[in-house]
Amino acid sequence: MKKVVNTLCFMCSVRCPIQVTVENEQVVSIRGNPHVPAMNGGVCPKAAAAVATLNDTQRVQSPLIRTGERGSGQWKRVSWKEALDYTADRLKDIFDKHGAKSSVYCERANLISDISKSFMKAIGSPNHFTHDTVCKGSINTACRSIIGYTDGQINADWGNAKHVILYGRNVFETVEVKAMNGLISAMEKGAKVTYIDPRVSITAAKATDYKMIRPGGDLALNYALINTIIQEKLYDIPYVDRWVEGFQELCSFIDPYTPKWAEPETAIPAAEITKLAREVSKSKPNVVFHYGYRGSHHPWEVYFRRSIMILNALMGSIESPGGVFIKKGLKDAGYKAGLKTYGSQKFPEMEDKRRFDGCGQELFPIADPAHGVGFMFPHAVLNEDPYPIKVVFAFRYDPLMSNPDYNTNLKALQKLDLIVSSDINFGSTTALADVILPESFFLERSDPLQMGSSLKPAINRRIACVRPRFDTKPMWWIVKQLAERLGVGQYFPYETAEDIWNYQLADLDIKIEDFDATGFVSLSDKAIWWDRNDGINFKTPSGKIEFVSNLMESHEIPSLPPYEPLDFEPGAFRLMGGRCMFHTNVATQNNLYLNHIAPDNPLWINTKRAKDLGIANNDAIEVESNAGKAVMRAYVTDMIHPEAAFMLHGYGHKEVESKRSYGKGVPDSLFEERHYDKIGGSPAMDHTWVRVKKV
Amino acid sequence: MGDYIITTNQDRCIACHACEIACQSENKVPLEATLGKIVVLGPKMVNGAPRMTSAFIPCFHCENAWCMEACPTEAIRRREKDGLVYIVDSLCVGCKACIMACPWHIPQWNAESGKAIKCDLCMNRIDEGKQPACVAVCPTNALQFGRPETISNTTRERYAYGLLEKNLKAA
Repeated sequence: MKKVVNTLCFMCSVRCPIQVTVENEQVVSIRGNPHVPAMNGGVCPKAAAAVATLNDTQRVQSPLIRTGERGSGQWKRVSWKEALDYTADRLKDIFDKHGAKSSVYCERANLISDISKSFMKAIGSPNHFTHDTVCKGSINTACRSIIGYTDGQINADWGNAKHVILYGRNVFETVEVKAMNGLISAMEKGAKVTYIDPRVSITAAKATDYKMIRPGGDLALNYALINTIIQEKLYDIPYVDRWVEGFQELCSFIDPYTPKWAEPETAIPAAEITKLAREVSKSKPNVVFHYGYRGSHHPWEVYFRRSIMILNALMGSIESPGGVFIKKGLKDAGYKAGLKTYGSQKFPEMEDKRRFDGCGQELFPIADPAHGVGFMFPHAVLNEDPYPIKVVFAFRYDPLMSNPDYNTNLKALQKLDLIVSSDINFGSTTALADVILPESFFLERSDPLQMGSSLKPAINRRIACVRPRFDTKPMWWIVKQLAERLGVGQYFPYETAEDIWNYQLADLDIKIEDFDATGFVSLSDKAIWWDRNDGINFKTPSGKIEFVSNLMESHEIPSLPPYEPLDFEPGAFRLMGGRCMFHTNVATQNNLYLNHIAPDNPLWINTKRAKDLGIANNDAIEVESNAGKAVMRAYVTDMIHPEAAFMLHGYGHKEVESKRSYGKGVPDSLFEERHYDKIGGSPAMDHTWVRVKKV
Repeated sequence: MGDYIITTNQDRCIACHACEIACQSENKVPLEATLGKIVVLGPKMVNGAPRMTSAFIPCFHCENAWCMEACPTEAIRRREKDGLVYIVDSLCVGCKACIMACPWHIPQWNAESGKAIKCDLCMNRIDEGKQPACVAVCPTNALQFGRPETISNTTRERYAYGLLEKNLKAA
């Protein structure tokens, strides 16, 4: 019996709409959902390889309780009842002594976040953070400071853009299918793409123009672009007049930052910067200066991301076709209510509201508590600051390898009394866990509905395509079971995924059956644009785009602080981490096919620098920072700026259970020192200097 | 390619290898074998800019198929209706003559079964009215599958319409 199921992928956090063909409980193929034209019918290599993970016997196959040393790979296979009872008993003991706030819940933000956050509210701990905090905390903060929306609440109208500027935003290796196809079709219509990165990626090779910038020079580049745009009055004058607060302040601020000034900071000739400013301005307002992701994570990141949004504002591109748009939801589509959330229930008052990370509080007053500052996790554990942390729920998030400074993270995890992990594979934190509550793979589980806010909003559904291969459960089930054992089960009034869907849809005239034909319910046939002359609903206190930010200034954080020149360590390399199209963060390195194609992560270094150091391609090299040291392989290439070194993120797994990825490569987090953006909350993952020598 | 052709649009190809992976996964091909192969050149510097290009190489399903002629057991056959060249697994004795005979060594070795395997353009899928897995999975529509005359027509038309639009605007 063959059937097709329209569902949502989860090989990465994009969650593309896919169609899965199933025959006799086996997944035959995965394609783009044909009801979503922008998918073009295809999927990325990770989704193409998903079946290998589904059927992988190296997955976590049942609940496990640790019997040997942490990380020894010695486990007792137990029933769900035993695992959950054990976890709850340990939790109760710890909470009796240290309170529920001694637990931190971290997760890859996902369709279940409403339930996981409700769980923490129910047990009385303020400590929840998401993986977003690591790669985009500062982007989120920057966007809110300037337009009042998070980066997650905006998107680029790729398909109609006429010029797109990408700062390490590696569109063609991220393979966010809809966005990528939008960009390709724009390029086929003549759109220009300027790609800025110290390293040549696939996107660099596809771009109309590539600029090999000095690592860390992006902020200086943007200031010089802004300078030219203002000097030569290239900005969208009516738009700026109508929507921008603090333009005069920007004008005086930007005066010294000329293209000539930016030359040494960026390694880009002044004439090229001027030319770029002029060219981009010709395409306004159909311009996207893309604000995220990856690339240039430094301690000043919040200002770099703000400078990108300032450029978008100067081009009049925010809420313009072919520019950056604000995502529209149910209310914009004429519905009176939204999806009902479990988090909106009334929870008991928390005894102590101080978060482990100080997010939204004294330490990070303007970072987003919806995601937290995960960077502070090891600090809080090791220093018991602001209070002892004893438990981590590492639910589909791997703090050991995802956060910078592996050795410190390891120390912190080893100090905990209890590591509860929920994972598909044996990830690096999962391998250290005291108890593993394995989650079903996305092809095996139904999840809460997803609000797909966009120009054409929709509600999307992930639905199980096949029965679980092993003794695994959906996260919403696991969380509810724990909640019941901790005496707060009443906040999770469901037994099945259908119960959850009905609860979410309670205030809407939409039924579960409405999802059956296509996997989603479309809420608007046509793109919802606000009137860019008068109708843009910026969520800042002024209702405008705030170059001088109320959010920042009210917390005594300057909106436009003077630029601080890049530091330089002679003889060393500025280490950059990054992604390739074959892997999602630290989660896919053990996949049969993906491991085969991209098994390892050598260190990219520039040919001339390598020659000076006597290093040839493929040589074994010793790489060292103040945080860690390891031997790895050199990839010697002209495709990287001499001051930079580059390595892919996600390698260096040491979990004995994951046999394919075991011992291959080195984690970038091993070298990354604990630098961070004190305002935005992101770790400054590209800020560390490494020293390299031939072994 | 029998009556069919697979073309690669180099501007659209991002070298993501989804074609290879879907082929392996959906046709249950051992990891070391590659029925349809994407060959990528670059990124490398060309006139000061990084550039890359690629070509997808499935089996060509030749009219005079070297593999077929070399096979001593007549395990390699051609479909009457569309000329696709395929291996009858039960007749293959694992002599590898097909691999040696093919000028591009396109037939692959299945070490698990001890037999030769080759791209049959997913002929079962074609019979269901679908495209080969490599083409269907391609996230950018860089791979195109069809009859040469159809692909030729659409490509020529796309080119000419572009030209005509320009002329019309200029006139």
